[in-house]
Amino acid sequence: MIEFNGVTKSFGPKHVLRGVDLTIPRGTSMVVIGGSGTGKSVLLKCVLGLIKPDGGSITVEGGEGHDRDAFLARFGMLFQGGALFDSLPVWQNVAFRLLRGALARPRDEAKAIAVEKLRRVGLSPDVADLFPAELSGGMQKRVGLARAICAEPEIIFFDEPTTGLDPIMAGVINELVREIVTEMGATAMTITHDMTSVRAIADNVAMLHDGKIRWTGPVSEMDASGDPYLDQFIHGRAEGPIAAVR
Amino acid sequence: MRLLAGIGAQVLGLLALIGRVALYFVETLSHLLRPPFYSREFGIALINIGWLSLPVVGLTAVFTGGALALQIYAGGSRFDAEAVVPQIVAIGMVRELGPVLVGLMIAARVTSSIAAEIATMKVTEQIDALVTLSTHPMKYLTVPRVLAALVTVPVLVGIGDVIGVLGGYQVATGSLGFNPAVYLKNTVDFLEPLDIISSLVKGAVFGVIAALMGCYAGMNSGRGAQGVGAATKSAVEAAAVLILAANFLLTRMFFSL
Repeated sequence: MIEFNGVTKSFGPKHVLRGVDLTIPRGTSMVVIGGSGTGKSVLLKCVLGLIKPDGGSITVEGGEGHDRDAFLARFGMLFQGGALFDSLPVWQNVAFRLLRGALARPRDEAKAIAVEKLRRVGLSPDVADLFPAELSGGMQKRVGLARAICAEPEIIFFDEPTTGLDPIMAGVINELVREIVTEMGATAMTITHDMTSVRAIADNVAMLHDGKIRWTGPVSEMDASGDPYLDQFIHGRAEGPIAAVR
Repeated sequence: MRLLAGIGAQVLGLLALIGRVALYFVETLSHLLRPPFYSREFGIALINIGWLSLPVVGLTAVFTGGALALQIYAGGSRFDAEAVVPQIVAIGMVRELGPVLVGLMIAARVTSSIAAEIATMKVTEQIDALVTLSTHPMKYLTVPRVLAALVTVPVLVGIGDVIGVLGGYQVATGSLGFNPAVYLKNTVDFLEPLDIISSLVKGAVFGVIAALMGCYAGMNSGRGAQGVGAATKSAVEAAAVLILAANFLLTRMFFSL
């Protein structure tokens, strides 16, 4: 379980998070939605310690992650742009964690696991020896997904998993994310503003607006929430309270 | 008044930068002494910084040594001192021009490359990805490069010194009428161990400065292509200035006693 209690974060005069309270139960898939610049990525990076919150607390299974390596070993993350290492071939990107540190395995074994994970995300073994620059955007997302799941983490974060992809590839990635989260039994947190992704991936949805969680609940209740902000967002209307606030 | 305030702000900014770089250096040292150590990254850095810099270092040294011989001969002939060409070329190359020019070429070639690479990694979230993969960016990116520069740049300086002296030898014996055996004997007899030691120590210090400034600027780059460009430019500028300043201090330390 991941719990945010009164998390605040400002960048200079800009107050991005103004007291976020949110609970993500273990083994569920939470999707955080919200407009661009509302602090969704900041929220996610606060959990990983990439950004230090100014106030509040974030606990993962009751702990605050004081042993950084052990804490991070429980996470996998798919970055918006893939964030694949240009200098390494695909299989070494996927097996990065298995080639060094506490989870290190023999090179052959690590490569075999990487190839298996690539197969799991629909990529053939011959992709393993290519470099990231030789792949299309959709393939890079898949490799990023394979890297995120390679060490079989308990918690997986997805940062805009379908951004920049055509609708068919976005659908493929959504399906993969859903399947992988279900079969691994992992806790997932996805941030997106793609409503197709929300409906495909989420068990629960939280809407971040003006630095706080505006609405949260099961995805099945999202359409009947009665919240004008959420309604405007999920239907993509130009008119409404969000536009008025902007 | 506004001018003074502007100058003051610039000075304070410079001092703050020096402080941040010093802290970064201390942090690098602390990671250098603690595992894990990424030997593959160290090996790649050895090749990139050392082996692949050899052509540019060699060419710089040979042309500089040749030009130095011509200049000393032309200047010395004004007061009948042409015979000092071997000694001055040797001392000039080994004490000053070898280490400084190699340091500046490393700043141009290596500092820029490191800064651009790491800055690009930062703007494409690869640094964040390293962290999420339980890998400390300082250990994975900075330590191998700084250590490789510490090891290879003194070697490059030594090679540059030899090639520079040989460049002077070639010009002096080929165009200026010096006897080859006498030229070499004068060169060897005139150089002292301290000349060579100072050259190699300078190389080590300049190598650390070059790699450290590239890593620091890359890690602290701004966003987007403009951020990468600015990081690269500031890294090369800072490395070049620091190398020249360190050269003055080291020269004073070695030869003003």
